[in-house]
Amino acid sequence: MGSHFAGHAETLGVPPSLLFCKMLRFLKQPLVVTADINLNLVALTGLGLLTRLWQLSYPRAVVFDEVYYGQYISFYMKRIFFLDDSGPPFGHMLLALGGYLGGFDGNFLWNRIGAEYSSNVPVWSLRLLPALAGALSVPMAYQIVLELHFSHCTAMGAALLMLIENALLTQSRLMLLESLLIFFNLLAVLSYLKFFNSQTHSPFSLRWCLWLTLTGVSCSCSVGIKYMGIFTYLLVLSIAAVHAWNLIGDQTLSNGGLARITQGQPLEVAFGSQVTLKSVFGKPLPCWLHSHKNTYPMIYENGRGSSHQQQVTCYPFKDINNWWIVKDPGRHQLVVNNPPRPVRHGDIVQLVHGMTTRLLNTHDVAAPLSPHSQEVSCYIDYNISMPAQNLWKLDIVNRESSRDTWKTILSEVRFVHVNTSAVLKLSGAHLPDWGFRQLEVVGEKSRGHHESMVWNVEEHRYGQSQEQEERELELHSPTQIDISRNLSFMARFSELQWKMLTLKNEDSEHKYSSTPLEWVTLDTNIAYWLHPRTSAQIHLLGNIVIWASASLATVAYILLFLWYLLRRRRSIWDLPKDAWSHWVLAGALCTGGWAFNYLPFFLMERMLFLYHYLPALTFQILLLPIVLQHVSDHLCRSQLQRNIFSALVVAWYSSACHVSNMLRPLTYGDTSLSPGELRALRWKDSWDILIRKY
Amino acid sequence: MLYASGRFLAARAATTLPAPPRVRGPALRGKRRELQIPGHLETPSYDSWTGLRTRPSATPVRRVILRKGRMPPAIGGGLTGSELRPRRGRCAPQAARAVGRDTVRRVAARSLKRPTWSSRSFEAAGRWATLAVVTLLSFATRFHRLDQPAHICWDETHFGKMGSYYINRTFFFDVHPPLGKMLIGLAGYLSGYDGTFLFQKPGDRYEHHSYMGMRGFCAFLGSWLIPFAYLTVLDLSKSFPAALLTAALLTFDTGCLTLSQYILLDPILMFFIMAAMLSMVKYNSCADRSETPTWVGGPFSAPWWFWLSLTGISLAGALGVKFVGLFIILQVGLNTVSDLWQLFGDLSLSLVTVGKHLTARILCLIVLPLVLYVTIFAVHVMVLNKSGPGDGFFSSAFQARLSGNSLHNASIPEYLAYGSVITVKNLRMAIGYLHSHRHLYPEGIGARQQQVTTYLHKDYNNLWIIKKHNTNTDPLDPSFPVEFVRHGDIVRLEHKETTRNLHSHYHEAPLTRKHYQVTGYGINGTGDSNDFWRIEVVNRKFGNRIKVLRSRIRLIHLVTGCVLGSSGKILPRWGWEQLEVTCTPYLKETANSIWNIEDHINPKLPNISLDVLQPSFSEILLESHMVMIRGNNGLKPKDNEFTSKPWHWPINYQGLRFSGANDTDFRVYLLGNPVVWWLNLVSIVLYLLLGSTIAIAIQRGVQLPAELEGLTRVLLRGGGQLLLGWMLHYFPFFLMGRILYFHHYFPAMLFSSMLTGILWDTLLRLCAWGLASSPLGRRVHAIGILSLLLATVYSFYLFHPLAYGMVGPLAQEPESPMAGLRWLESWEF
Repeated sequence: MGSHFAGHAETLGVPPSLLFCKMLRFLKQPLVVTADINLNLVALTGLGLLTRLWQLSYPRAVVFDEVYYGQYISFYMKRIFFLDDSGPPFGHMLLALGGYLGGFDGNFLWNRIGAEYSSNVPVWSLRLLPALAGALSVPMAYQIVLELHFSHCTAMGAALLMLIENALLTQSRLMLLESLLIFFNLLAVLSYLKFFNSQTHSPFSLRWCLWLTLTGVSCSCSVGIKYMGIFTYLLVLSIAAVHAWNLIGDQTLSNGGLARITQGQPLEVAFGSQVTLKSVFGKPLPCWLHSHKNTYPMIYENGRGSSHQQQVTCYPFKDINNWWIVKDPGRHQLVVNNPPRPVRHGDIVQLVHGMTTRLLNTHDVAAPLSPHSQEVSCYIDYNISMPAQNLWKLDIVNRESSRDTWKTILSEVRFVHVNTSAVLKLSGAHLPDWGFRQLEVVGEKSRGHHESMVWNVEEHRYGQSQEQEERELELHSPTQIDISRNLSFMARFSELQWKMLTLKNEDSEHKYSSTPLEWVTLDTNIAYWLHPRTSAQIHLLGNIVIWASASLATVAYILLFLWYLLRRRRSIWDLPKDAWSHWVLAGALCTGGWAFNYLPFFLMERMLFLYHYLPALTFQILLLPIVLQHVSDHLCRSQLQRNIFSALVVAWYSSACHVSNMLRPLTYGDTSLSPGELRALRWKDSWDILIRKY
Repeated sequence: MLYASGRFLAARAATTLPAPPRVRGPALRGKRRELQIPGHLETPSYDSWTGLRTRPSATPVRRVILRKGRMPPAIGGGLTGSELRPRRGRCAPQAARAVGRDTVRRVAARSLKRPTWSSRSFEAAGRWATLAVVTLLSFATRFHRLDQPAHICWDETHFGKMGSYYINRTFFFDVHPPLGKMLIGLAGYLSGYDGTFLFQKPGDRYEHHSYMGMRGFCAFLGSWLIPFAYLTVLDLSKSFPAALLTAALLTFDTGCLTLSQYILLDPILMFFIMAAMLSMVKYNSCADRSETPTWVGGPFSAPWWFWLSLTGISLAGALGVKFVGLFIILQVGLNTVSDLWQLFGDLSLSLVTVGKHLTARILCLIVLPLVLYVTIFAVHVMVLNKSGPGDGFFSSAFQARLSGNSLHNASIPEYLAYGSVITVKNLRMAIGYLHSHRHLYPEGIGARQQQVTTYLHKDYNNLWIIKKHNTNTDPLDPSFPVEFVRHGDIVRLEHKETTRNLHSHYHEAPLTRKHYQVTGYGINGTGDSNDFWRIEVVNRKFGNRIKVLRSRIRLIHLVTGCVLGSSGKILPRWGWEQLEVTCTPYLKETANSIWNIEDHINPKLPNISLDVLQPSFSEILLESHMVMIRGNNGLKPKDNEFTSKPWHWPINYQGLRFSGANDTDFRVYLLGNPVVWWLNLVSIVLYLLLGSTIAIAIQRGVQLPAELEGLTRVLLRGGGQLLLGWMLHYFPFFLMGRILYFHHYFPAMLFSSMLTGILWDTLLRLCAWGLASSPLGRRVHAIGILSLLLATVYSFYLFHPLAYGMVGPLAQEPESPMAGLRWLESWEF
């Protein structure tokens, strides 16, 4: 639901004149707010709120662990200091905030499950925060899958699964901590992904910082709610560590490159980028592609004629005239979209000279000093039936895949002229006085590769000004952005107190305690509440279809991953590079999240309950549609198979919905079922559903 | 392409090499030179990048950097140039270290032919001599004063006793697998010990009993640790000084020395761990020499097979002594996986070859150890065929095979029938039989009715009669037909001696408040409906009837729905310190609430021999492991007991008293030589710093000078393996709930010492390289290593009384000779 303001005031490092200019414009023009709203998200949020908030204050009685958290809330309300050995206080404080908002005075005796709340207890507002967190987890699942570069449909699938999962639903409708924990876990993951994705095109931007900070904040929040949050924190940390390790290994960031990037240059060149192009060959002199207002002389000394268009040269000094704008031939705009559209290998581009707004052009006219090559110019329309031939095809020489993006410094590119297939080349000859002794640039038609045809982007920024005069100001401004105020990653993490998971050594037992092995197969449930007179009851009981298929998806993912990994090791590349990296990241996050949140329980010797599994389950649910999309995209060979598969998925999803609906009475506890109906719901012998004996 | 460039460089490197090695100096100087010469004998030449670099998509930028990185070195500059030359003929040039695997082999093969035979044999003699000296010194230190003290020290009381059990063939139970104790027993047997000494408690004098055989055996195995560590480091680093330093650290560590001198499992365990490590390293380096003739090296050569199977054998040995052996198995496993991963990524190898590699490893590292391990248990079970102190830990069926046990050769009716007199045994280890006696629960503890407990020993009060719930006629009356008890029947259990029924009701149990009390109620079998229990068979593979010994049953109280169980808690004095029996409302299946029928008397039924019920070997194996694992988990520290924490160990915080506590006693104190241990600690930190710096530099693509590249490879690859070993043998202890002791750290300490050797050797070489211009530079390495060696020896001289024993005032007294050596307050010698 990202809304953004027109004239986004990113004023970092902008010289005062430009700032003033902008301010002036704000005064002249009305303030306009444009917002684009993803209706999917709105719908998901709405559905989430509907399911979580519906009849929230029912049952008006203490349900399960509310008896335990309620005591703490009362202590907070009465401001009584208490020693709490159960975990960190943030979660309790959030619950207490609900009580504070509802005007709870703390006067209630939390002595047993099922006790009716007295009228002074604001049940609705006490349960509101967990319910909101549960509701917002639904659109967040959608966002996470999107950020993992999977389709909207997949993202929708993940969110809908979250929506109808009964255990999550039950847990978030009560005054319990798990839904808050899950909310912050997901927020941490989402903001890390946002951060990571903005890393590729705009490191050290404001967005980048914001998401990074949010990652840290939500990690600390989830650790503050339950020590279990540490697992997700570790997950995010380890993924970040791997990414950082890769960043260290990014050779393009070496030899000053890193310094340059850290000075605020975006990595990926996008349409609308302002760049300087340096010749890789660098002989006789290192120089940059350059143009200026002067034109080629009509007649050269040796009597040959020229196009009399604007000169294009290679200039060995930094100059404002070295700036070019990468333009999409299909569009008029010279600014970078949000999000930026990266330029990839094989794309057709136009190069607009920044100061003169003329387009780089070549045509069948002999070059001034190399008559066998074509002249390169910036096109001036003299209306003499010499059409503009200004389309260039981008050829990334050192690409790793056929759809590689054009990267600052890293990529070595050739510009192949579309009409004549000539290649932009530094001939190495010095132009005479009319060309200010700069180096000649030509279009080379002969085949063969030479480093003089190769260029790379040295300076780069995303253009933001459509107006020519503003752009000139922008071009004059330095590329560096002052980053000293940005928080460093490690500094923020070291702020987080490292607390050990304190394990309670209770040797007492509980009727509904369970072991981790029982969770995966949903062999256990917890009876949360039973109506004092009728058979209406609330259980923590998952949607068995979702649980089973989520576990299957995890297994399928691991097997597929190993299979691909082994084949890649033997140099068989089943997946394209992008698809592979998305597949790996999604798996690392979801399978990793599941494993980090699940496996440590095997080492714990305390009493465990089914709800401990819910954070792990969320990650599994995220993975499920991702695996499905992968199967459809890469394993189904024909359209027919794909259609059949989609039909199966739809059928499967309907069955999940059906199961969810059948278990609804146990989730909401709003209808009293007959003993026969209850017995019919007892699908597993190990489920403990309460049946009254009449 | 990369291979091509590599080959090209290697060829150049080979041609620009200095003249072939000359033999300088007489043989006498050989040893001193060994110390100074840092030359790496042969390169591990394993390019960890090869796998990655075969990718066709390496960027030109990257290639340029790589190419630069592989420039031939400036030969003759400083340390490497001058010190390399006098090395043996097989010494491959430093430059070649950077190039592909095959080229190095070629260069090495070529240079093999160059030196004369005399120089090679001289070199070989020097190597063997060093090894011999190291081994000799190790044996000398371990066997020195081995007989002292002539009384039981520390855990000798356990392991000596268990050795005696093997000699006497009596069955016992221990939480560790049997190999170590079997070997101790064997050593005792061979050395003439007759198994008659009782090994009652530490401090008991051996008198005339022969104990030196067992101690000598442990010291013998413990002495091999040092040559093994020496060879491992030598193979990993190709550097004598590193290996010597390691050997010295371990030889002169008082802790290792003490631990090797007594009848303990640790020397045996460490022997197998180090043997596994050594043979793993050896087979790795064998595999790297694939172009030499098959009988010398290379995969599938005779030495390769030898070392590979030796690895497997040692793994079985390590696991057979203690479960800690799992860590070395994990390490070998990780190594093997990464090894296979490299082979799998080597596109020049066909899948068939990779398959062969895989099969060889499965055979030697999984099948072979497994067979050996099972064999150990088979021998264990065969040797111990007499009833002994371990019986009670095992199931009734298991006991039936021990001669002397009441179940041995016994014959009882097979299926439970009404009217039978039975004993009911809890399935959980060390809970015992359901028991009752003529004593009431005291006032205030539930209802004042007759106590029901569990009792570990055989007793008449363990006997119960099983009856139908609704009839009180004597089922033994011959006029009634025999009726078998079936799954789901409602029964009553009448205590034979007191004729009270097993009873439960809604009163809280004496200790476990959430459970219900179980009592004996009624008289002459007449009680109330609270005496009714439903009998359920858990493992119903024997049908609905209840088979003695084999059927696992639960007794569910009909009225309250709770399950009969024992909480395992000891009752206070009023309950004669027997264990509490409760009825638990939590229906989870735990061993606490599962029982089996052990004795069974019913004259109306035909008796069958219990041999029919004897478990198969696989069942015995499984049961022994379950019991051992439960035993290990059961070793929980008591609340007020002082426990050693894993973080104490590397800093040598506190030792263990092996013998004696007072100033008149002969005292032995297990404590690491603090100089060695603190050096190890510093080295780990230094290693992490240095290693991560280098790793980041390499990841950044920094071009290291060729001389340094070999050093960094040793540091990262060799050192990395050792660091992994240290971590695997140390960190898991943080997760263990069982009681821990200082001596658990010693396997990790071995790895840590080896790491120290490699680290300081490499570090000093780096210093020497950095200072190459100054005159000091050339000698900094030799001086550094020598001073470390001297410091180790001197500290051993100071601390040797800890290991060899001391008498006299304690160290906290100022007049004690050890007074100045109590560097930490927590040391108690």
